[in-house]
Amino acid sequence: MADDSVFSAQTARGLVHGIRREKYTAREITEKILAHIQNTNPDINAFITVDEAGALEAADAVDQKVAAGQALGPLVGVPIALKDVLCTKGLRTTCASKILDNFVPPYDATVVTRLRQADAIILGKLNMDEFAMGSSSENSHFGAVKNPRDQTRVTGGSSGGSAAAVAAGQALMTLGSDTGGSVRLPASFCGVVGLKPTYGRVSRYGLIAYASSLDQIGPFARTVEDTATLLGVIAGHDPRDSTSAHVPVPDYLLACQRGVDGLTIGLPTEFFGAGLQSDVRDAVMQGIEVLEKNGASIREVSLPTAGHPAFAIAAYYIIATAEASSNLSRYDGVKYGFRDEAESLIDMYVQTRSKGFGAEVKRRIMLGTYALSAGYYDAYYRKAQQVRTLIRRDFDRAFESCDLLASPVSPTPAFKLGEKLDDPLQMYLSDIYTVSVNLAGIPGISVPCGTSTEGLPIGLQLLGNAFAEETILSAAAVVERELAS
Amino acid sequence: MTYESVIGLEVHAQLATTTKIFCGCSAEFGADPNTHVCPVCLGLPGALPVLNQNVVEMAMRIALAAGCTIQPRSRFLRKNYFYPDLPKGYQISQFQSNEEMPLATGGGVDVPSADGGTKTIRLTRIHMEEDAGKSIHQEAFVAAGESLVDVNRCGVPLIEIVSEPDLSTSEEVFHYLTSLHQLLVYTGVSEGDMEKGHMRIDANVSIRPVGETQLGTKVEIKNVNSFRNCQRAIESEIQRQIDLLETGGEIEQATMLYDPDRNILRAMRTKEESDDYRYFPDPDLVPLVVDSAWVARVQSQIPELPEVKRVRFAEDYDISADQIDVLTADRDVADYFEAAVAAGVQSRLAANWIQGDVMRVLNDRKIAIGDLRVSAEDLAELIGLVDKGDISTSIARTVFDDMVETGDSPAAIVEKKGLVQISDTGELDGVLDQIIADNPKEVERFKGGDQKLMGFFMGQLMRATKGQANPQKASQLLREKLG
Repeated sequence: MADDSVFSAQTARGLVHGIRREKYTAREITEKILAHIQNTNPDINAFITVDEAGALEAADAVDQKVAAGQALGPLVGVPIALKDVLCTKGLRTTCASKILDNFVPPYDATVVTRLRQADAIILGKLNMDEFAMGSSSENSHFGAVKNPRDQTRVTGGSSGGSAAAVAAGQALMTLGSDTGGSVRLPASFCGVVGLKPTYGRVSRYGLIAYASSLDQIGPFARTVEDTATLLGVIAGHDPRDSTSAHVPVPDYLLACQRGVDGLTIGLPTEFFGAGLQSDVRDAVMQGIEVLEKNGASIREVSLPTAGHPAFAIAAYYIIATAEASSNLSRYDGVKYGFRDEAESLIDMYVQTRSKGFGAEVKRRIMLGTYALSAGYYDAYYRKAQQVRTLIRRDFDRAFESCDLLASPVSPTPAFKLGEKLDDPLQMYLSDIYTVSVNLAGIPGISVPCGTSTEGLPIGLQLLGNAFAEETILSAAAVVERELAS
Repeated sequence: MTYESVIGLEVHAQLATTTKIFCGCSAEFGADPNTHVCPVCLGLPGALPVLNQNVVEMAMRIALAAGCTIQPRSRFLRKNYFYPDLPKGYQISQFQSNEEMPLATGGGVDVPSADGGTKTIRLTRIHMEEDAGKSIHQEAFVAAGESLVDVNRCGVPLIEIVSEPDLSTSEEVFHYLTSLHQLLVYTGVSEGDMEKGHMRIDANVSIRPVGETQLGTKVEIKNVNSFRNCQRAIESEIQRQIDLLETGGEIEQATMLYDPDRNILRAMRTKEESDDYRYFPDPDLVPLVVDSAWVARVQSQIPELPEVKRVRFAEDYDISADQIDVLTADRDVADYFEAAVAAGVQSRLAANWIQGDVMRVLNDRKIAIGDLRVSAEDLAELIGLVDKGDISTSIARTVFDDMVETGDSPAAIVEKKGLVQISDTGELDGVLDQIIADNPKEVERFKGGDQKLMGFFMGQLMRATKGQANPQKASQLLREKLG
């Protein structure tokens, strides 16, 4: 599947150009890509729901706008798909869970509204780890997503469908969500670009919560420029989300041209230690050398807390599961979604939740409930928040001397399907270089920088200070330009 | 042994905002079930709360009126529990712990004490929270074995006013609740409509032998909806605790529900069964930061409070203590009174009218003074007509009733109905001559010294003139004619 493109334009940028010049219609593009999804999805399983009717209707509306010479949005005619964690009005939104199998939201997430306003074509909803909990996209009520680069391997998670759809040419751009690495890890495993914005950069309204203080919606695309364009469309303050920031949205596309000359890039020593597979290290170092060659200066930095798995992974799994245990209380069989009828209210709750949630989700609900319980709160939740503060300080200190940090996304490339399913702790360690970024709230990207000895994609993680997405994009664009295969 | 009781109250008051605390839905009472809802208050997946600034301002207003300190930074927490009328599976509420402050702390409310003075009931805190929905069971339209949920009330803004355990008797509790209610309504923070559940009370009650300083085991009485019921529930709980101790029993920490129809308390749950709410800061809401300028602005919007008004009325107006109580009990009534006085009526006359006829109409019709069709200015005009002798007091009552119905001015009604008092000597002469001619026996007896018959003649006169005769003028003329 070296070239899955079903039309000449490889990028959203090229496609928008073609539609604006009426080289082809949105309907043509949409029909082609829907047919491609039909052909490839049985193998990849990236889509949970394909909205053919909705997509074609949107395409026709776009074509009418073009024909009428009306003002066109920045994503005019671009086929986009959404992680099934984003609410879409009238289109079922499952979170890859049995418990929301039949849930049809009556409203659009803010990012979905912005995509529609930008004249994008929404193709459907993408597979993922149930409630975004997982690192392989195998924890899905709808079956595992398979890596288009090697179908015996995982896509990474939790936004596996979002990465796989872009890699397989089933969409030019997708949205995912990143709570502990859920955009960056699958982007790395599938060889596409994936960006986790600063916490507060993108409205979470309509993003079904896993861990509210960590969740952030992020774009996937084949290129850094497309990623930048999509970020520009979805970013910005939203009065419906109190945690969305009042920070102006810059021209991210322009930032892609900026280069890295004069930037200081730090390499956290803790992220290059034991456990990092050597071919992953080689590929990452290759990316870093490109940056150096283009004028960046490279230095080592230390993240004693953020880089220490005993702190970062532990704090992450306490805070994320604590919030999740509360966020997922609403799935009780009373109002919407799956219900298992029972004689008493308490039995209905127990049976609905026992049968409606998958094993990993139940594990995390139990962990989080425990961490918040009277008598344990201080030892777990409070302690984890203190660690979180130290992690933030680690990054603050690093960004005093660096413009960016560079590291691998994960210690290994995509692993085999089923390989870590029975070993949650091994699975959790896939996120060893990514979770601290969410705890600190800073932005990060995964940009392809090479392949493993087995030919699997490897991503370079670039991290910036809060709201420094432009700097991240400028460096990622350099890596992409020099290393694009 | 003699015991004393120690009582602390948690009062939940519904704020008078037009919209809910975390979304733009109407907070109005009585709509069709599940019509005032949106993704936020329905707790739909992905929806997020946004704090209504009006709720904060109203909570600050009552807090400042009660002398509380506004915390510069406070947070909302999640109180987690499962219940069908709690769509999110948690209630968003402020909470007080070592790290998390509620909106307001400290302050106090004065109540009359047993010795005739006043006693200050200290407040622990005032915090904001959202209401839950309503479960409906056992109604005619609910099928057997089923329950229905109305989510309209979800997200209706509440404040919880928590007192220190400073209350010693059920009478003090009643006074405290009355004062709090008055303060809430005065400041416009709550409509205080008890029938709509605008105030709901939880009472923590314990007893201890007189002289003991250690607090006894407390029992919480939940969700009482009237002040009288609260008083009665506390009385019966105190008696239950005394009886228990006197018979060698031990008080168990528990939560009770009060059944006002049977005047009994029944246990809801004991300590062992108490819920672990797993409070933690709501990550969907940013900390609430209140600066001193905001506090000052809200402070400046607080109207004159009842205590201050009472003192001022006593100084400024020639009215009785009883009238001061009646007039200041309701801010709108007080304003009405002052508007009438400003329109040129003597304060005592205005007070008499308001305490009498105006309050009678308000009570009979169960309306607020704002709904009365008689403006303070028109009332002043009516009183002025009596004062000038244009109409009698009894005519004035008739005119007032007409004003209540029509909203017309008193002059217009007097004009329309031809009610101007007859003071014209010529006109009265004729009528009186006729009465004298028609009642020779009574005239004889009067002349014989039966002064009581004066009333009889005046009655005849008023009947003949439909009450329009000027009584002073008429009695003077009559005496001349019969004297």
